Amino acid sequence: MVEQAGGLSGGGADLQIQGVTKRFGDFVAVDDLHLQVPEGAFFALLGASGCGKTTTLRMVAGLERPTAGRILLGGDDITDLKPYRRPVNTVFQSYALFPHLSVEDNVAFGLRRQGKVSKGELRTKVGEMLELVELQQYAARRPAQLSGGQQQRVALARALINRPRVLLLDEPLGALDLKLRRAMQLELKRIQTDVGITFIHVTHDQEEAMTMADTIAVMNAGVIEQMGAPEELYGHPRSTFVANFLGQSNLISGVVKSKQGDEFLTEVLGTTVRASKVTSRDLEGDVWVGVRPEKVILQRPGEGRQEELNRLSGGRVSDVSFVGVSTQYLVRMASGQELMAFEQNTGERRPFAVGDDVDLTWLAEHTFLLDARQDVRAGAELGDGE
Amino acid sequence: MSALSHVPGPTGGTPDVQATDPGTERRGITGYLLMLPGTVWLLLFFLVPLVTLVSSSLYDPSGSLATGYSMTGHVQNYADALSEYGSTFVRSFLYALTATIACLLLGFPLAYAIALKAGRWRNLMLVAVIAPFFTSFLLRTLSWKLLLGDDSWVVNALQALPLVPDDLRLLATPAAVITGLTYNFLPFMVLPLYASLERLDVRLVEAAADLYASPFTAFRLVTVPLAMPGIVAGTLLTFIPAAGDFINSELLGNPRTRMIGNDINDLFQASVLPTASALSVMLMVAIVALVAVYVRRSGTDELV
Amino acid sequence: MSAIRNWLGAHGVMLFGLLVLAYLCTPIVVVVLMSFNDPASRLGYDFDGFTLDNWTSICDPYQMCSSVGKSIQIGLMATGLATLLGSLMAFAMVRHHFRGRSTSNVLIFLPMASPEIVLGSSLLALFVNAGFAGQLGFWTIFIAHVMFCLSFVVITVKARLAGLDPRLEQAAADLYATEWQTFWRVTFPLVVPGIVAAALLSFSLSFDDFIITNLTSGQTVTFPMYVWGAAQRGVPMQVNVIGTIMFVLALSMVVGGSVLRRVREAPARG
Repeated sequence: MVEQAGGLSGGGADLQIQGVTKRFGDFVAVDDLHLQVPEGAFFALLGASGCGKTTTLRMVAGLERPTAGRILLGGDDITDLKPYRRPVNTVFQSYALFPHLSVEDNVAFGLRRQGKVSKGELRTKVGEMLELVELQQYAARRPAQLSGGQQQRVALARALINRPRVLLLDEPLGALDLKLRRAMQLELKRIQTDVGITFIHVTHDQEEAMTMADTIAVMNAGVIEQMGAPEELYGHPRSTFVANFLGQSNLISGVVKSKQGDEFLTEVLGTTVRASKVTSRDLEGDVWVGVRPEKVILQRPGEGRQEELNRLSGGRVSDVSFVGVSTQYLVRMASGQELMAFEQNTGERRPFAVGDDVDLTWLAEHTFLLDARQDVRAGAELGDGE
Repeated sequence: MSALSHVPGPTGGTPDVQATDPGTERRGITGYLLMLPGTVWLLLFFLVPLVTLVSSSLYDPSGSLATGYSMTGHVQNYADALSEYGSTFVRSFLYALTATIACLLLGFPLAYAIALKAGRWRNLMLVAVIAPFFTSFLLRTLSWKLLLGDDSWVVNALQALPLVPDDLRLLATPAAVITGLTYNFLPFMVLPLYASLERLDVRLVEAAADLYASPFTAFRLVTVPLAMPGIVAGTLLTFIPAAGDFINSELLGNPRTRMIGNDINDLFQASVLPTASALSVMLMVAIVALVAVYVRRSGTDELV
Repeated sequence: MSAIRNWLGAHGVMLFGLLVLAYLCTPIVVVVLMSFNDPASRLGYDFDGFTLDNWTSICDPYQMCSSVGKSIQIGLMATGLATLLGSLMAFAMVRHHFRGRSTSNVLIFLPMASPEIVLGSSLLALFVNAGFAGQLGFWTIFIAHVMFCLSFVVITVKARLAGLDPRLEQAAADLYATEWQTFWRVTFPLVVPGIVAAALLSFSLSFDDFIITNLTSGQTVTFPMYVWGAAQRGVPMQVNVIGTIMFVLALSMVVGGSVLRRVREAPARG
């Protein structure tokens, strides 16, 4: 159905998912998914639980068969291949280490099954791999005798030793505590750069995805909402879901009035708000005008008038939360809507107090426009709650 | 900011479709082939015998092993058996019921102590609970014959107590039979109770205390309902074998403490097939009916 | 006074629990003690004096050792077959799709929920009706024992299999193991403890069974049958030696097993 399939289009070992659908009974877990992951990428599939990201991963691994569509690896159709015939390996959620085998035997498992290497070579390779994940001295231990972080690294070594074309990671850091997770994020990134294998990383943690991946695909209800570099996704969300799920957003109802130079002019709460054409979708009529809370600067009414700033007047501070590095304000507008503003605690000026009258100001290039037909709350609870 | 404030539990993001994972359940003929031999064995040597038992209970009562039995649909066997052995039936169920209640009263505190108080002694205490299984049922019951004997230290100690008559006898009394039944089936009560109490979250009891429940109220309203599956399983595992047992009444009782198992066994040994079968069928039906009512009323149908 | 009450409040349950444990374990002590008993009379069942004679003359009582041998033989054979058939069923029930699953569950559950006297009498009714009344013996006991052990094997192995993380088998497949290799390298080794437990349970059920055996044994004498018969005439003290040996063997297996497991899986620091 897709003409350029066949892998002639230069994407040497790219992974291509073409129109893949997976149904469980009446439930559509993945809906006509199209995706191309370039060779050597660190690719994150980000979404809340139940969005279809793990199902997608399992179909690539061969643990689940697509109801429709094809999966190609380097141009070869692997859709119907058994899991043990694919050059793809998985780091499972909670690792799935074989409890009856030593660390060494766990790591050697894949190479032994393939039977392509001699005993001596196997030994060397296992040694090298344990060195890469810094577990040489634990070779003879059983998995149950290791800490969570160590088990995680065994799982990684067990998969990587096979030099797969694609490495799949299913919430690999989900079982680790926060501090260890930070350390492992950097560690995984380093290893990926070292070995140069394509990593596909499934996670529900937006911060983890942004820290590690060079490309993120945000999934929701079986489809990809938006795909791109972390900065692009965060700065230029194209749907209310992405705007809310990835960080937080102020979304205010507005109308596109005109286009002027490289800017759209919109009317929001009776004032004109400008949005850069670079960052916004070309929309007409009713829109959601969005701005990230940390891009908003609070000013006393009328203070610091600058032409290039968007300004919403008539706000009153309704809540102040001090969170260490920053202070988070809730500002109630005349319309009754509450907007957020996060300010770094630089100490340059006295913080506002509840009841202070304030204006909200931000740059045109930090404004984004979204289709007003989308649900303004989409993804908000998910992004926050998990 | 929000990302900093969340710490996912060990299960983190639930895998999308772990529950309906079809990868672990294979279709095809293999499943049937694996089931076949065991199923055939159970059909031939459990189900077919049960059917045979029912039909044997309707044979002409005048038959014998030597002359052979003839199928006459003689329902009267049941009425005859009931009139002759009805009181034994009642006695069996009373003994079994008493032993079950005794097991519950003894077993609950023990299971509670193991599950919630034993700490590092837990495994040792569990081994002690199953230790009786390590040696012969009959030998253990014979030990009670010694322990409850007329001149044993148990009886002497009891006789020394005030209010206990000096000519107290234990052996060859209903008390001895019930003591034996209680003893023999107590582990079957303790183990399921332990299994459900072990899963009990102590914080729930603390929450009840925090919400103004006295220790007894917390026990009644939180601990007992949560231990209900264990209580149901334990009472069934105790009552069913106790009702059909005849070893305890034979070794520890007297002719007036006979249980229905004694009669069924003796009648079969004497080849009085129709009456014996009728009694056996009645025992089975009575137990199945009791269990069904009991399980329904305690609201734990998922056990069976 | 209140100090005593507080202590009872904190430790009363434990104290009561220990008393119940004592109740459970007293007969074992009696069995061990009686194995060193030097009885004054053949009919008496009292402790009259200490002796090692029972231990040096285990096989003196007529038929006793042969009955133990018979029990071991039946126990091993019934355990072997029941473990095999039951494990196959457990695999089918956890890993395979087939119709009639709930019916099978009932068929497996019912023998465990039936009183032994009913199981034994229905088998006897079958044997009598099939004209085997004269051939009761080793094989009819074997048939009966396999039947009542089977359900316990299915339940035990099933529990172990169901507790097995399906991701382990998926991980094996992901790491280039074929279905056959996955079974023998991952699934089977991980289920072995369950199978061993099921076999030990089967053996002890078979070895100790009296009620069903009594109805299906004809002239064959197993150890419990021997004890039963002896109980009517006067019990030779050597039966307690057998009981003590059984107890020590079983206890060391359970303790040894758990020590082995602990050594293997001890979370060594590091």
